[in-house]
Amino acid sequence: MSKLNKSSSELDLDRPNIEDYLPSGSLQDSHPKLRLRDLLDISPTLTEAAGAIVDDSFTRCFKSNPPEPWNWNVYLFPLWCLGVVVRYGVLFPLRAIVLTTGWIIFLSCYFPVHFLLKGHDKLRKRLERSLVELICSFFVASWTGVVRYHGPRPSMRPKQVFVANHTSMIDFIILEQMTAFAVIMQKHPGWVGLLQSTILESLGCIWFNRSESKDREIVARKLREHVNGADNNPLLIFPEGTCVNNHYTVMFKKGAFELGCTVCPIAIKYNKIFVDAFWNSRKQSFRTHVLQLMTSLAVVCDV
Amino acid sequence: MGNTSSMLTQYDIEEVQEHCSNTFSQQEIVSLYQRFCQLDRNGCGFISAEEFMTVPEFAVNPLSQRLFRMLDGLNFKEFVAFLSAFSSRASLQQKVEFIFKVYDTDGNGKVTFNEMLDILRDLTGQFISEQQREKVLSHVLEEAGYTKDSLLVQADFVKILGNGLKMEVEVPVD
Repeated sequence: MSKLNKSSSELDLDRPNIEDYLPSGSLQDSHPKLRLRDLLDISPTLTEAAGAIVDDSFTRCFKSNPPEPWNWNVYLFPLWCLGVVVRYGVLFPLRAIVLTTGWIIFLSCYFPVHFLLKGHDKLRKRLERSLVELICSFFVASWTGVVRYHGPRPSMRPKQVFVANHTSMIDFIILEQMTAFAVIMQKHPGWVGLLQSTILESLGCIWFNRSESKDREIVARKLREHVNGADNNPLLIFPEGTCVNNHYTVMFKKGAFELGCTVCPIAIKYNKIFVDAFWNSRKQSFRTHVLQLMTSLAVVCDV
Repeated sequence: MGNTSSMLTQYDIEEVQEHCSNTFSQQEIVSLYQRFCQLDRNGCGFISAEEFMTVPEFAVNPLSQRLFRMLDGLNFKEFVAFLSAFSSRASLQQKVEFIFKVYDTDGNGKVTFNEMLDILRDLTGQFISEQQREKVLSHVLEEAGYTKDSLLVQADFVKILGNGLKMEVEVPVD
């Protein structure tokens, strides 16, 4: 009898037990008699496939759960209407002003610092870092973010990498407000790309391009260089690779964990009480998402 | 849910229910519709191969290609009829008919030795050799009273698979 390759047990879970199918004589101990029924009965495999078609845990991670409507009653409806008026009429303009002011301050400080202090790298880096933290605070204020930070703040030490779960682009902003991280991000086109190449470059952010195949090795090398450098900003990676709906986490990609340094986890949990911060990039563009955040009462989250 | 252009009307639900011989309740049909729209991301009315393969649990199944061939191009009504064999209300006859259809790739109502070998190959793949597979299948067929050249029809399948066939999937109803 030729040799059989024994596969790992996970693959075998629903496969018929191979030994049962060999004609008796090559088996050491007696097995129950094999019948035609056992060979033809593919119902377990079919049931699994149909189960996956009907519902699967991966897609569930990306479902945005709509909030239960709470305002359909005589007392609450007028309150909700008042809330809408306040949110769109009062809060939104105020926030837009705050945000614009923030940008003006930031830009007017950043460019002088960037160009005039070209020679004094250490000082320039420190100022740029504080400025980025500042503009992020402005962003957070522009949607009235109430963020509670728990635990020790990240320090600038080499050989450490931070990983966080990812729900929306604003995760990055909320974390930047606390500490100026260097992030690894997809290079976006348009005005976001411009922001990326000018301001975020100064923090030491790393870009990748999903469509380029050689990119992986280049990025892996850059990551390694970054964590080994003593005065680089702490590196932040979102190992899920995509935005998830904050109820589940999706399987992590291994890149962040292969760098040979301590991994410090950060968990971001949004409270859906005022707004659902999940950015379903298939359903909403980023602009719509930001506008939705700016017209809600508050964004509450715990870090 | 999703970018569907038409919502499901009560009339549609009843029509679909009739088409699947009442194997699903109305709420289950609504849930299945939401799921169909969730899978059919480009909203073209049927689920394409890539859209099916984005479900990791489906892509990893050894019979996924065969099932996909049966599911290709189906609109929602036919999708529900396809899944009706997995309902708890489906009869044994319906379940066996489904299994028979999976085996009978050329659709001529008869399952040959090669068609049975094909499925066995899908399931056991690289774990046993072709020779061993054929040996096992012929051995077991002969024991059951058939030969290598027998053509099995649906009635034979009903006799072979008999009672105690468990093939049920629960449709989540929110």
